[in-house]
Amino acid sequence: MPATWEHFSHPADAGVRGWGLTKAAAFAQCALAVTALIADLAAVAPHLAVPLACEADNDEALLVNWLSALICEMSVRNMLFSRFEVEIGEGRLTATAWGEPVDPARHQPAVEVKGATYHELRVAQLDDGRWLAQCVVDV
Amino acid sequence: MDPARLIRKSATEWWLEPHGAMRVPGVLFADEELIREMDDQVLDQMAGVACLPGIVQASFAMPDAHRGYGFPIGGVAAFDADAGGVVSAGGVGFDISCGVRTALSKQPADEIRPRLERLADLLLARIPAGVGSRGPLRLGHGELEAMLTDGAAWAVRRGYGTARDLERIEGRGIAADADPAQVSPQAKSRQAEEMGTLGSGNHYLEVQEIVEIYDAPLAALYGLRVGEVAVSIHCGSRGLGHQVATDYSRRMVAAAARHGIALPDRELACAPLRSEEGQAYLGAMNAAINCALANRQILLELVRRAWREVFRGVDLELLYDVSHNTCRLEDVTQDGQPHAFYIHRKGATRAFGPGHPDLPPELRAAGQPVLIGGTMGTASYIMAGTAESAGRAWSSACHGAGRTMSRTQASRQWQGRAVMDDLARHGILIRTRSFRGLAEEAPGSYKDVDRVVAATAAAGLARKVARLVPLACVKG
Repeated sequence: MPATWEHFSHPADAGVRGWGLTKAAAFAQCALAVTALIADLAAVAPHLAVPLACEADNDEALLVNWLSALICEMSVRNMLFSRFEVEIGEGRLTATAWGEPVDPARHQPAVEVKGATYHELRVAQLDDGRWLAQCVVDV
Repeated sequence: MDPARLIRKSATEWWLEPHGAMRVPGVLFADEELIREMDDQVLDQMAGVACLPGIVQASFAMPDAHRGYGFPIGGVAAFDADAGGVVSAGGVGFDISCGVRTALSKQPADEIRPRLERLADLLLARIPAGVGSRGPLRLGHGELEAMLTDGAAWAVRRGYGTARDLERIEGRGIAADADPAQVSPQAKSRQAEEMGTLGSGNHYLEVQEIVEIYDAPLAALYGLRVGEVAVSIHCGSRGLGHQVATDYSRRMVAAAARHGIALPDRELACAPLRSEEGQAYLGAMNAAINCALANRQILLELVRRAWREVFRGVDLELLYDVSHNTCRLEDVTQDGQPHAFYIHRKGATRAFGPGHPDLPPELRAAGQPVLIGGTMGTASYIMAGTAESAGRAWSSACHGAGRTMSRTQASRQWQGRAVMDDLARHGILIRTRSFRGLAEEAPGSYKDVDRVVAATAAAGLARKVARLVPLACVKG
């Protein structure tokens, strides 16, 4: 499985973890894991495209800023996103997120994600060449 | 956690001696069994807080402490601005001014039981709850600024509640020194449609029955009687507070480096109280506290309107409103001398003792009501601040049961529908828009609130006044 994501346990909050062949792909998987905390990914139709961008001077801060930008966009637009295309240049991330407005009856959203923390934060290239991006989000 | 890592000072007070870069000891208030159930990281996080500049006396943790990020949940720490003290966005948390308010209906529970189904349905219909819900107000720029400056007093001016309510809120419903200009445009836009919304996760609206009184004189002063009904609301500053925390956590990582503060961990990012960044955060945080106070004020009024549709002529009288994620400048006494320190409480309730000037005259003799939210299947407590609490942990007490199990584990272990049916068999009506959310909040994923409250009382942090059990609960 080159690109995938998972949740990991944290007593009060929730850990999200993504893997990909590139750093950008791992960041995209991490974003999918955030949506999956809220709703079933398969239930979120990728109808509308929204551009996102952020900056940071290191990879880990960039991951926090990326997830923070996504969380803010979900909240302001009242949307959920189920597809991401991410590009990472020198200290800058640009992305397109596809999703749709929250439909409480259909999405059965379980929990609101409040923000991304620096707890157990990690961005690294693994021995097998894949990238890992992980973060704990406050719920 | 192995209690052997700590020095036992009494059955409910345990010390972590300073080591490494710790400037003060860690002091954990809990009984041995609660400590055994605690995550080891609670101690590591207490120790981390104890390393921050300007911390006074100790890095405290309450009996419901559990692992947070940076500061533990249940952490209390005071900082002296004159001694290079700091403020940390992570020491307040993402849900700034998350808190509990409890109002009393004075009706016997037996009187409302026959109409409880209708009441619960109506509350679910009228209280915006859960992800994607939108509030009854849309605030333009001027209104938003007024709300961020005047808190619950703004909500009362807008017709949500009465001036009497304000007397029953910490700081009389307004956090002074709010500076809306320090709140980012993103934070403001997150709040545009969220005024008067409950949120999700561990937030709730609960109809409760007072089932036991532990202190009759205090209960009389609070207006509590066995068998009568109360309503409690648990929520916070919504999207605005979450974004303020996000913005300033980031800014404080840079600020700490710029001010030469050696952080044991990036999660403890902070800024000197006497710095541009520190002052900006305090201005924004106080604005977010006002947002939370206004939000709970609107919610209570929405509950009152629904209540009157079912029970004509019945009012809900606000007992008190407490915030458990804050940093506030408070007048305290240390070694017999008066001081003003900035006290962080992250998942801890302020618990002013009798005679405190912040209390309204009719509560001054009793001490502050300390509202402890339990789970939807167990109990909540009303406690009272004690005179001795000021000498324990800056007049602070626990805030709730505290989780023992992650949401992921809980959703694997329980089904939302089964949780709802099981509670219904115990006479507790649950209304929710998300069964998965309900499973993640299953009562079994929390600590034993009775034990947490007993340890809080035994440690002298607050006194038990009454126990309440849920009759109906609306979850986001």
